[in-house]
Amino acid sequence: MNDANVADMTDLRVAVTGGTSGLGLALVRELSRRGARVAFVARDRERVERVAREHPPAHGIVGDIARKEGIYPIAVQIGTALGGLDVLVNNASSLGPTPLALLGDTECEDFALALETNVLGPFRLTKALLGALTASAREGRGAVVLNVSSDAAINAYAQWGAYGASKAALRHMSAIWGEELAAEGVRFLSLDPGDMDTPLHALAVPDADPATLKRPETAAQELADAIAAALEREHA
Amino acid sequence: MIAAQQPVQRPADARLLVIDRHGAITHAPRSTLADFLEPGDLVVANDAGTLPASLHGVHLASGAPIEVRLAGRASFAHEDLRFAAIVFGAGDWRTRTEDRPLPPPFANGDRLALGPLVASVHGTLGHPRLVALKFEGPADRVWAGIAQHGRPIQYAYLDRPLALWDVWTPIAALPVAFEPPSAGFALDWKILRTMRERGAEFATITLAAGISSTGDPALDARLPFDEPYRIPAATAAAILRTRTSGGRVVAVGTTVVRALEHSGGRSGDGVADQRIGPDTRLSIVDAILSGTHAPEESHYQMLRAFHGDDVLAQAEAALEASSYRTHEFGDSVLIFSRPH
Repeated sequence: MNDANVADMTDLRVAVTGGTSGLGLALVRELSRRGARVAFVARDRERVERVAREHPPAHGIVGDIARKEGIYPIAVQIGTALGGLDVLVNNASSLGPTPLALLGDTECEDFALALETNVLGPFRLTKALLGALTASAREGRGAVVLNVSSDAAINAYAQWGAYGASKAALRHMSAIWGEELAAEGVRFLSLDPGDMDTPLHALAVPDADPATLKRPETAAQELADAIAAALEREHA
Repeated sequence: MIAAQQPVQRPADARLLVIDRHGAITHAPRSTLADFLEPGDLVVANDAGTLPASLHGVHLASGAPIEVRLAGRASFAHEDLRFAAIVFGAGDWRTRTEDRPLPPPFANGDRLALGPLVASVHGTLGHPRLVALKFEGPADRVWAGIAQHGRPIQYAYLDRPLALWDVWTPIAALPVAFEPPSAGFALDWKILRTMRERGAEFATITLAAGISSTGDPALDARLPFDEPYRIPAATAAAILRTRTSGGRVVAVGTTVVRALEHSGGRSGDGVADQRIGPDTRLSIVDAILSGTHAPEESHYQMLRAFHGDDVLAQAEAALEASSYRTHEFGDSVLIFSRPH
């Protein structure tokens, strides 16, 4: 199955949040294709079961990373399914208000949901899985956390306030995690996959021409390459 | 000693009683733990995460309410859904386990409905509270059921029920323990960094820590049950390096002593089935960081491998005199073994 020109990820243990649609689903497919052992998380039971059925032996986990109470049950299932963890991809995202709104028109609850999903969820899940990731690093397998970012984390786009502010926080948190955990051997990546033809983008920009957008499969290949490169550097 | 009633892993005022290799006793804030290490020492902790091993449900044949506490498993395998379990009758953690009623009598093939899970009894194990059971269904679904329906095993001395985040140590990785390897509550990322800065190394093993006590003397006499463990190659290499260079191996918790002494420090999977006590000659471990234990507890027996009863009695008196806190969320002792 593995192409000669892509990094072999055989037996790499990877968890992906938001794994039943858009970029997350494309990542589940791409990482599985490269031989990784994948556990993915998403909220909708029916979709989780369908994606798991279509991509054996990937493990589907029903959970909501935006809920504090959901984090440890997710961590327990990732740990038991994969027997450890080498790579965590925090991909699940919330736009905040939809349709997008000016900050002055943004409900506090919508802003809070963006923060819960895009900042606190990745923080809590990373923290709960830090023991597994550092164990993997000590065992010489390498450990990488990829936080999916956005150009909205850097540029100020009108109507992207909740999303942009939360993604900026995620990006900065990635950088600080990276500083603090370099000595433990855990690498943090914050990468912008670009504007993709995904349900999230359609929700944000309903009249965008799909032909002008990146295919999530292409972005997934690029992110998988970036993960492989980060693991290589860790080994070197 | 007094019971630590609040589930705070690292209270700012946590204390550490240190017994050096000659038996001399000193007191220190536990946050200064790293000060007792030397360059070349190796600290080894158990990175087992704690399962939500308490499952409430019903014994289907009788309709009786039960609480199942998962207590043992032969391996770490995802597909291995067979457990030894301790079962209580009606009631919850607010009643001391000593006072909990017996479950209904079990027969082979009895089915237990535990929230979304169904388990069947595959044997009784010589005590009315102890059964072998196997969960029905695909492994992913069973683990999802345990993760969502299960709660951590609770302690009647605490002032509130525990959540999983209360019992996962900061370094918890593979979720295989039935009760937390609580000596590891003393560690956090800052202490690990300080240890490294002092020139000490850090490594981990994984051991599926079982139940610490059941409240039933006949059952407690059988503890600890056999516990599967895993020693990573990197940890075995660090132990060899430490021993070769004259450093000390400091075990965080009784489970680490058990795994390292059982394995002889070699890497790989095993099942620890030995007991460590006054007659054990330690071959790998030079020191133990542990919670405070009273002489009647099973964990105390292990401490007798590190020092004679005279020294331990002095330590016990010092813990009492200074009102150290005991139990899972209590203060700690650091004991350097007497010279062999």
